[in-house]
Formats: sequence, C-alpha cells, structure tokens
Amino acid sequence: MGVLETVGRFALEALEFHGRCVTLLGLTVRGLFRRPFDGRGLATQVVRVGFDGLPVVLLTAVFTGAVLALQTYVGFKRFHAEAWVGSVVALSMLRELAPVLTGLMVTGRSGSAMAAEIGSMRVTEQIDALVSLATDPVQYLFVPRILAGIIVVPMLVVLANALGIAGGYLVAVRLLGANPVVYVQNTFQFLDLNDLWSGLVKAAVFGFLLTLIGCQQGFDTKGGAEGVGRATTAAVVLGSLAILVSDFFLTKVLF
Amino acid sequence: MVLDGLDLSIAKGDSIVILGKSGTGKSVLLKHMIGLLAPDAGTVEIEGDDFWATSRTRRDEIRRRFGMSFQEGALFDSMTVGENIAFPLKRHTKMSPGEVRTRVAECLALVRLHGIEGKRPSELSGGMRRRVGFARAIALKPEVLLFDEPTTGLDPITTDVLARVMIDLRDRMNPTMVTITHDLKVAFEVAERVALLDRGKILVDLPPREFEASDDPRVRAFVRGDGSEDGESSFPEEATA
Repeated sequence: MGVLETVGRFALEALEFHGRCVTLLGLTVRGLFRRPFDGRGLATQVVRVGFDGLPVVLLTAVFTGAVLALQTYVGFKRFHAEAWVGSVVALSMLRELAPVLTGLMVTGRSGSAMAAEIGSMRVTEQIDALVSLATDPVQYLFVPRILAGIIVVPMLVVLANALGIAGGYLVAVRLLGANPVVYVQNTFQFLDLNDLWSGLVKAAVFGFLLTLIGCQQGFDTKGGAEGVGRATTAAVVLGSLAILVSDFFLTKVLF
Repeated sequence: MVLDGLDLSIAKGDSIVILGKSGTGKSVLLKHMIGLLAPDAGTVEIEGDDFWATSRTRRDEIRRRFGMSFQEGALFDSMTVGENIAFPLKRHTKMSPGEVRTRVAECLALVRLHGIEGKRPSELSGGMRRRVGFARAIALKPEVLLFDEPTTGLDPITTDVLARVMIDLRDRMNPTMVTITHDLKVAFEVAERVALLDRGKILVDLPPREFEASDDPRVRAFVRGDGSEDGESSFPEEATA
C-alpha cells in the first residue's frame, strides 16, 4: 500500500508538473502575440543570459575539447588512428557535447537565477502587484526570458563549438605533438553543415526548456525563502533532466 | 474556507476600514476585490458586473481603475523608485517621457517624498517603501484605492505619517477607499465606515464613532484586545451565536 501510494503521488506530481508547464506555455504563446511587446525586457534578458553564461560556457567548452582530444588520442593510438582525433573532437562537440553541456551550464547559471528571481517576486507579492497593475505576469515575465533562452543558447553553442575545437587542437598539437596541418584538415574534412544545424536546433530546444522550467518553478513558488530555495534547486534538477531526456529524442529525430 | 457567506457592499466614494484579527481573511477579502483571487462560490460585482464573468480585457480595464498598496510595498526590486511608479504609466498610457517624469514627481509629492526617484527599494525604510507603494498605486489616478495593512510593523510616528498621507489622498482624490488593518487608531482616522470581519463574515459595519461606542461584545472584545475567551472562535460564544 505504501509503495502504491508513493508511486501514485509521484505520478500525480509528474502529471501536475507537465500540466502546469503546458498551461504556462499556452499563456506564454498567447502573451507573445499580445501588446505591449516588451522589447527592452527581451534585450535585458538576452544580455543577462548571454553575458552571465559566457565565462562558464567557454571554460567548459575549452576543457571539454581538451579532455576529449586527450582521451581520444590515448584510445586511438592503440590502433594507430591518432590522425582522426580532430574529426572526433569536432563531430562530438558540434553534434552533442557543446549543446548539451552549454544547456546544462546555462540551466545552472540562468535557469536557477530565473527561478530565484521570479520566486522572490512571488513571495514578496510583486507578482500580485503586477496583476493589480493590469499586467499579465506570464507575458511580462515568461515571454522575454523564454525568447532569450531560444536566441542566446544557440549563440553560446556556436562559441562553445569554436572553443571546444580550439581546446582539442591545443592539446593534440601542443601537448601530444600532432601535425597541425593534418589535424586541422581532418577536423573539417568530415564535417557537414547538418552537424552544425542539428546542434543548433538542440540548443534552441534546450534554451526553451530550461527557461520555461526556470520560470515555472519560480512562478509556482510557495512558502517564503525556503520555497525560493526549493524552486531554485528544482529548476536546476528538472531543467537538467529535461535537457538530457530530450537530447535522446532530438538526436533520434535529427540523425 | 476563509470567507464564508460574506456580504459587503461599498458605495462610490466610501472609505471603509475592515478590522479583524490576524488570519480572519482580511487580505483574502481585499485580493478578491481586485481579482487577485477568484471566489470558489459567490460573486464579486463591480458596478453591477460580475468581475469573473467578464472578459480578460474587461477585467484589466477594471483593474486599471483600482490602485492597490501591499503590506510590504511589493515594490519591484529590479527597478528604481521612479521606474516603479512609472511602470503603470508606461504600460497603460501614451505619456511622453517628460510627462511620466512629472507624474512620478507629483505622486511622490502626494505621499510626502521628494527626490528619491533614483533610489532602489532596498535603500528605503519600511515606511518609505509603503509610501512609494502608495505612489505607484495612485499613478493612474484610480477611482478605488485598496490598502492592505498599510501600517503593520511600523513605529507610532511613521504610522501617524502614513495615516496622514492616507487622509491627504482621500481628501484630494476623493476615491473609494478600502483599508485592511488591525490598527484602531488608523481605522478611526481614515474611515467613514468600520467593519469587523471574523470567521469569514462581516460581524458589524458601523460609522467610526458608533463602532467605538458600540456595546456589541464582539466589538468590545476587539477594541479592548481581550483574547481571554479566545478559543476556536475569535469572540465570546454568546456573541457569535
């Protein structure tokens, strides 16, 4: 009975969360086409998500590319395939690692910040104040943040791609002594434009998911400062899970 | 159930204060008036229109005729004081930036504050935050002003300043005013009607002097601050029966 209850409660909570996300998404889409459009709010969020996320995303990308080159080199050397390290690093970064790791980093940096900010607004009645001032809180808070996520995460991924490949190049050429000309040639030889696009489509979807979940968790915050803490944690956990799960299905569709 | 069988009418231009001890649903009642909460049963009617039966656009039009001041001010902490007061003006009017600046300064002057447009809410004292909240609430020149616990947690001098500001606003703008408080001094200063809320119902609704002089044991218990018979109920059983 206890197990059944737990499973039932978990199922109900999961359904409630998904229902809430869909409802808020519907309100966001409606808010997108209602006046006034908050261009200034969008610009602020684009700068905030992009600027705040930039250092951590770039550092992650450089070191991921570097580690990938190092690991691949060690493995490939066993069957004399070191020459293909550049191709593996580039393909992995563009198709998989740059979008997923950027999504996770932006979730930790900006998704949590959105949940904390909107959650604080909820517990200090600022969201009630918005409604009392005849302002749709979902339109005012969600639309600029979600649009910023969809726009900025792909931009960060482009930079992460470049820096990941550069990180791999530095390790392979400077540390492991690979031939720079051959390395660069092999890096780009097997790349397809579709590799870049599939990564960017993933990034846009991740940007959408992490901002929607961050906003939803903040918006539905209950219970003062403790509630804000819970919302922030949940935004990171659920946002990260959403990225990892959707990554599988997106990869299946985009391959 | 917080409000149960509550029936309250407020005429245009009235200034009513709703008293009641903590947890009796005063703030919930005020939030129903401006549509922050929807009733599970019953209606909220404004000029004869059922608020929740009207369209979303109409509800926002009605809300623009209301100004609400929240318990702790509820100022947007990502904005300056000036931006807070300008917020409804920028969203709902076609005022030029110069006109907005002038109106912001006017609103601040009405609440006896000057030259603090550039300050952040975090730099203000509790009393100043409430007054900036008042200023934001009156920016659109609303016909109805709602005050949720405007003086709770403030010292007596600041409380007095806020009461005077509220009287000023009442006299200059002649709005319909609904104030939620448990501060009797403020209630008697700003009210034309004083109502007592308990267990989700309005128990009495009288002019201030009659309320003060009332022999009703429920009123006496509240005025004296007598909680000696307070168990499950707020007031003596024989009185509420």
